[in-house]
Amino acid sequence: MDFVLHPNHQAVAYLTSAILFIFALKGLTHPATARRGNWFGVLGMVIAIGATLAGSEVQSYGLIVAGVGIGAVIGIVIALRIQMTAMPQLVAALHSFVGMAAVLVAIGTFLNKRAADALDPVLMGELSAGIVIGAITFTGSVIAFAKLQGIMSGAPIKFKGQHLLNAGIALATLALAVHFAMTGSLLSLVLMTLLAFVLGGTLIIPIGGADMPVVISMLNSYSGWAAAATGFTLHNNLLIIVGALVGFSGAILSFIMCRAMNRSIINVVFGGFGSDGGGGDSAGAVAAQKGVKSASVDDAVYWMEDAGKVIIVPGYGMAVAQAQHAVKEMMELLQARGVEVKFGIHPVAGRMPGHMNVLLAEADIPYDQVLEMDEINSEFQNTDVALVVGANDVVNPAAKQDTSSPIYGMPILEAGKARQVYFLKRSMRPGYSGVDNLLFYQDNTSLVFGDAKDTIEGMVAALKGGGH
Amino acid sequence: MSESILALYVFVLACFIGYYVIWGVTPSLHTPLVALTNAISGIVLVGALLVTGLEEAGLVASSMGFLAVLLASINVFGGFLVTYRMLSMFKKKK
Repeated sequence: MDFVLHPNHQAVAYLTSAILFIFALKGLTHPATARRGNWFGVLGMVIAIGATLAGSEVQSYGLIVAGVGIGAVIGIVIALRIQMTAMPQLVAALHSFVGMAAVLVAIGTFLNKRAADALDPVLMGELSAGIVIGAITFTGSVIAFAKLQGIMSGAPIKFKGQHLLNAGIALATLALAVHFAMTGSLLSLVLMTLLAFVLGGTLIIPIGGADMPVVISMLNSYSGWAAAATGFTLHNNLLIIVGALVGFSGAILSFIMCRAMNRSIINVVFGGFGSDGGGGDSAGAVAAQKGVKSASVDDAVYWMEDAGKVIIVPGYGMAVAQAQHAVKEMMELLQARGVEVKFGIHPVAGRMPGHMNVLLAEADIPYDQVLEMDEINSEFQNTDVALVVGANDVVNPAAKQDTSSPIYGMPILEAGKARQVYFLKRSMRPGYSGVDNLLFYQDNTSLVFGDAKDTIEGMVAALKGGGH
Repeated sequence: MSESILALYVFVLACFIGYYVIWGVTPSLHTPLVALTNAISGIVLVGALLVTGLEEAGLVASSMGFLAVLLASINVFGGFLVTYRMLSMFKKKK
């Protein structure tokens, strides 16, 4: 290519692209402006890539065209075929790619600079940061992916001396990074990279499946810091800016998720509660023993069809059962009878931030009927029926009443204040915290046992029959 | 001021922008936010292009660059497209 972009023009293009990325994120302030925001992002990316390709540093294009081509096909196919319930897995996979790309770019840069005899300690320090953060992001995300996909058990893996081991690996990685920066030793570089890969795994395994919203947010943050570190290595301000934006995005999401569980990030990272395994089913019998009322689908429908207002509280169970479309059908049937239907979402419902909102949107449920915890909590007391679909801990009054409960202090959806509470449950198994749900024993609560989707479909059939 | 210090300036100021912009994002769009940040962190593609595009790059470096280009491209294309798909599902009543 004869045309070469002047470095100053390239810098202005990068600045434009950074501004477009900021507007892209800003667009997500409201669903109405979000799609435009996404296009700003696309435009920013096109400008950034165009400016890079037209610059003086890129001289050979063969491998680039091949790489972008293959990557584009894979990316497009995945994005078109992915189910909305599997978004957490996709996001984890994409985080791992950013991490790996950052590692590869850093090592590639090292090799190129070494060949040109242009290494210095500052550069090698920056390279180390990029490699270490990228490698941790990579294996951490691979483990998160495996847990979400069910390849690995979601239960936390803990053993004695775990924290000591992690601290040891971290220190050794740091020592190797310092040695590498001072001497440029290839051996130190390789060992440091390997240890950082190991660390990514050992850091994530003690975190349980249900703490995934925090893990996803944290890895999101790491992937941003990895991009920023790459920017430092290459003296590329665009990468630094984007890395900082993404890094903060993940950090803030982690904070929001932790706050919604009333737990510190330290508590989550160093392994939190319970497992999501364990049997103990035989639903009905256990329920009766404990003095829990169970109700049939028809009972629940009887109360809902004449209600003034119904609030549905969805949780991860709705995603697992793929019940969102059935829920939508039920919502329409109720609305046709003049019932006001709203949805109440807890920040940590599901396996990633905002997971429930996307599932409900997928089922064509208008977003103005879907409210966040703070917006809807005052409405429960004027609600006839609260229908809990696959959620558990997020409606447990123990969080407010029982100071000895592990979840005490966690903000909850106050579903128990509704006149009637119907709890769709597969079994009497407690939620991920392993804590018994006090809501089960309230006088106004009845449990409807069964798979969430089957139960809701039963309700739809009963509403259509209308024989009440 | 050295180039690295200048980079630090840019980084710190960008962190502040990130802080304020992200707090403004509505919780209902947190999943699209994560997907969109996935897409834009595909910006490491720029770094991958610089490694791969260097004419004198050795075999190892250019293979690493190639793989990085591929992975980052999955993020860019997959990330923006899946964000688009999600956002087109968010509709108002009627």
